[in-house]
Amino acid sequence: MSDKSVVKSGSNLERVLSSGHFAVTCECGPPKGADVELLEKKVALIKGCVDAANVTDNQTAVVRMSSIAASSILVKNGMEPVMQMVTRDRNRIAAQSDVFGASALGIRNMLCLTGDHQSFGNHPKSKNVFDLDSLQLLDVVRTIRDRGVVNSGDPVQGGIKMFLGAAANPFADPFEFRVIRLAKKIDAGADFIQTQCIYDMKRFRDFMKMACDMGLDKSCYILAGLTPLKSAGMAAYMNKNVSGITIPEEIIKRIKGAAKNEQAEEGIRLLLDQIQEVREIPGISGVHIMAIEWEDRVREITERAGLLPRPLL
Amino acid sequence: MIVADPKPFLQVKGYLEDFQKILVVGCGTCTTVCLSGGEAEVQILASGLRIAFGKDGRKKTILEECIQRQCDLEFVEPVLSRVESENIDAVVSLACGVGVNFLADRLGKTPIFPGLDTTFYGANVEQGLWAEMCAGCGSCIIAHTGGICPVARCSKHLLNGPCGGSEKGRCEVDPANIECVWQLIYDRLKRLGRLEDLRHLLPAKDWSTASDGGVRRSTREQLYDI
Repeated sequence: MSDKSVVKSGSNLERVLSSGHFAVTCECGPPKGADVELLEKKVALIKGCVDAANVTDNQTAVVRMSSIAASSILVKNGMEPVMQMVTRDRNRIAAQSDVFGASALGIRNMLCLTGDHQSFGNHPKSKNVFDLDSLQLLDVVRTIRDRGVVNSGDPVQGGIKMFLGAAANPFADPFEFRVIRLAKKIDAGADFIQTQCIYDMKRFRDFMKMACDMGLDKSCYILAGLTPLKSAGMAAYMNKNVSGITIPEEIIKRIKGAAKNEQAEEGIRLLLDQIQEVREIPGISGVHIMAIEWEDRVREITERAGLLPRPLL
Repeated sequence: MIVADPKPFLQVKGYLEDFQKILVVGCGTCTTVCLSGGEAEVQILASGLRIAFGKDGRKKTILEECIQRQCDLEFVEPVLSRVESENIDAVVSLACGVGVNFLADRLGKTPIFPGLDTTFYGANVEQGLWAEMCAGCGSCIIAHTGGICPVARCSKHLLNGPCGGSEKGRCEVDPANIECVWQLIYDRLKRLGRLEDLRHLLPAKDWSTASDGGVRRSTREQLYDI
């Protein structure tokens, strides 16, 4: 179980959260190749708008620049990364080695994930690893950080400082198990949580009530995940095709109700409403804005949501 | 049981182009039960090969046999003798991969080809349908999961509960055909009044007992005493 009063890595994200500010993170997906300029352009768009940016690890199992390398480029460009790491592509040897490497490159936040199954990506014939699941990865990295030993028990040469995160999906099934799984992730070492994107606010409130009743918000910072809808088409697509995401009919109607060229603006207005709503939910310490391939709107979104300027700590 | 599916006919025929006298051997155990490699399937494949090669204008001798088990020397020895005595050029096995290997190790200079794709350890869950139930990982953890195996039946082999891709009891990898095993485990433990079992973290698993630890053997010392 994480103790909030003990400094884990001293990252900007950790400092923002531990000083009681409402944190803001977003995503910064690496390019599908070695195009550093493309990544740096994205960084320029979000710099100053968020406390840290998640660097995804071959998300949806599509091959991209490695999250460690991309995170390191963010560090060089003055943007704090939350390096995502999935267990789909690496066993415990590679995972621990990569954590050492990430720490050496100045990366101070990581998000431990199992990762999307490779059948969703561009190499569906590949072999997966899943030597560890996301909870075991948390446990392994936490043990390196707090006890100075790798999974085998061997001592490390030079410790790591890492603020450890995990994902939570309150919208997948079985619903009653979702909060138990969250508790397990916190037990396994999660210092912060970023949730799957929230559209069903009622179900999210129920989830958070259960989490707070168990006292989970006391030992972990929970950031509410939000994704702006660009169009009614995107809403319908996500509702139908993305497992674990349900978009209530009234939201689809709201976006549909706007004229075609106004739907993106309506999506942003909806997001701003959602940000205000989650701010009021007990136990929520921040927002994780997943503006998928919409980094150029992050400044506007955070500005209009009253989240700027970000604290300088 | 071990489940295996027939290979595409043309693939099997392709293996045999260069051989004249061919023996198709079935297996009377698992692949008979899962209707891919028993006596009937031997007859079907052999007839198909005769017809197909005949249409190509090439007359080959296709022989048939089905033994009780291709993974036991007692049953395999007569096949080895037959291959030798009848100057058979090639063997097609309709056993699982175990049978093909076991014969290959003993066939000397005679080539052997698989007629099946061996898939998994499974059960006959309904008529005409087999489903994977065990991954043979060598260190069984299902005492913690209500007797239901997430190593074999979760698409990501997760040990600590369902991922975000579990929806209405189905797995996002193929909702039409795959159940979310963690939903099954959850429901079963709930019925057993043992949901507490899921509260504890299962640490990183020891995979050295699975195939990751190298090729495995299993001994029963008591048998050597007989």
